[in-house]
Amino acid sequence: MDKVLSNKKIIALYVLPSLLLILAIVYIPIVLTAYYGLNDWNGIGAMTFVGLDNYMALFVDATFWNSAGHSLLLALFSGISLILYLVVAMVLAAKIKGANLFRKIYLIPMLLSSVAIAQLWLKIYHPTNGVLNSVLESLGVANPPAWLAESSLVLYALFIPILWQYAGFYILIYYAALKNIPASLEEAAKIDGANALQIAWKIKLPLVMEVIKVTIVLAVVGSLKYFDLIFVMTDGGPNGSSEVMASYMYHQAFRAYDFGYGSAIGFFLLVICLAVTWVIRKLTATKDTIQYS
Amino acid sequence: MFSINTRNRHGIAESKAGIVSKLGYTLLYAVLIAVAAMQLFPLVWLLFFSLKNNQEVFNLPPLSLPMNPRWENYAKVWSSGNIDVYFFNSVWITVAATLLTVVLGSLVTYAVTRMKWKGSSFVLGLFMVAMMIPVHSTLIPLFSLFSKVGLTDHPLSLILTYVAFNMPITIMILLGFYYALPKEVEEAAIIDGCSVNRMFIQIVFPMTSSVIATTAIINMIYNWNEFIFVNTFISSDNYKTLTVGVQNFIGQYTTDWGAIGATLMISILPILITFLFLSNRIVEGIAAGSVKG
Repeated sequence: MDKVLSNKKIIALYVLPSLLLILAIVYIPIVLTAYYGLNDWNGIGAMTFVGLDNYMALFVDATFWNSAGHSLLLALFSGISLILYLVVAMVLAAKIKGANLFRKIYLIPMLLSSVAIAQLWLKIYHPTNGVLNSVLESLGVANPPAWLAESSLVLYALFIPILWQYAGFYILIYYAALKNIPASLEEAAKIDGANALQIAWKIKLPLVMEVIKVTIVLAVVGSLKYFDLIFVMTDGGPNGSSEVMASYMYHQAFRAYDFGYGSAIGFFLLVICLAVTWVIRKLTATKDTIQYS
Repeated sequence: MFSINTRNRHGIAESKAGIVSKLGYTLLYAVLIAVAAMQLFPLVWLLFFSLKNNQEVFNLPPLSLPMNPRWENYAKVWSSGNIDVYFFNSVWITVAATLLTVVLGSLVTYAVTRMKWKGSSFVLGLFMVAMMIPVHSTLIPLFSLFSKVGLTDHPLSLILTYVAFNMPITIMILLGFYYALPKEVEEAAIIDGCSVNRMFIQIVFPMTSSVIATTAIINMIYNWNEFIFVNTFISSDNYKTLTVGVQNFIGQYTTDWGAIGATLMISILPILITFLFLSNRIVEGIAAGSVKG
């Protein structure tokens, strides 16, 4: 039987197509990104090798650091909203009737394309005809702001639809994890006189810690490479005040035709995403994982 | 006497707890309903204004029902412009990429979990690490690779990238299911002289149909909504999918809110309808796919 299951030809037939595809589409491009970053290149003509010039330029490029700061701010906001999502998930998991319906409703925005969401929220934020300002005006606010046109507001105005889009996803993950906790633990704690808050804090929270770590990585890394809504809604504007790392990379490569510099940004993005993943995993590593099954 | 006393005290405590928990539950529901309203409000508003004309959109309250629903908005955007072309491109590209991903992903997962060969864990690792890699970091090299082989402005560029980037999550979801699958049936089949190919096609593939459906739906959602690759690789209207097509199309209709609303509704309806019928499977699939990460 082992002979049948170690047939090299069949293994190659099953694995090679996918393996070659992922090498060609994911791994080789990463190596190329690093290499393009070492060149001066407009995407069409000949490449000129310039060594680390692009990477050096990156470190003194104020626009880049601004956009990196915006990405970091989004990561911070996403990280903080995880607490909110966890609270909602705990409420949802508290033997509530209709929990199933609620978690499905919460998930709907996540199913929609970023373009549709972006266009929808452009209309919500529309300075004169948008829902937000119509409501504010009817509440007596005389001159509500043009949310996406003011450089001090635009970034926060963009964060709201981004957080809105992913809320259901994180609530769902937390809900699934909380539902995995055996009911007997909660019952035992209740008999010992623990109240709902104590049970949430001292029993449920530690038991879903592993999942919380995963979501922190997902939220932070997802924020650092975030692109879609910002690209469609403001394209980094006004005046770069909502530019993030990925949109800056796109602009440098496909608008300014500086593919070398764009690639340097792309490679930096990759390194920072992998590094952040690693650091968060290290920081939140626990030696003993709690067993409850 | 003593016993009555305790019973009394106990009774008072119990009714007090009852009131508290009733109040608590009302509060919990209030939180859940508020979140649900926030998730649904923009979409309901979108549906409503897709059935109104500009005058009704701007002069009536945002959530007023469309009194004479203007279905002609839908007819207008479907027949003018290229929405129908974008729509069918989205459909066939999504279906093709999804089919390829689940078939190739199943073959890899089978080879990794069931067959015996050196390097299987290394290959699996390659697929899993690919999940951490931001798509943006591969964008510039993929664009230049595809230009070199004549695949820019070609649907194949999209299908190949979608398959490669969805392969890791697909394998990850399948993996858990394959590990739990009993080996006895396959052992018996081998003793009876069944070949690996026949066993995979006639026994394993049908046994995994439920998890394949889950992964297929998740793939469909990702592929249907994908934006940055279409936006970068495809330039002619004949090959654009809905996400990017809608974006360009709306540019021509910046002032006709009914038409914009109808266009957006057309682009999100297929996903919403799928969700309506298969929501349990989608919710479980997303939960399974992410928690294991």
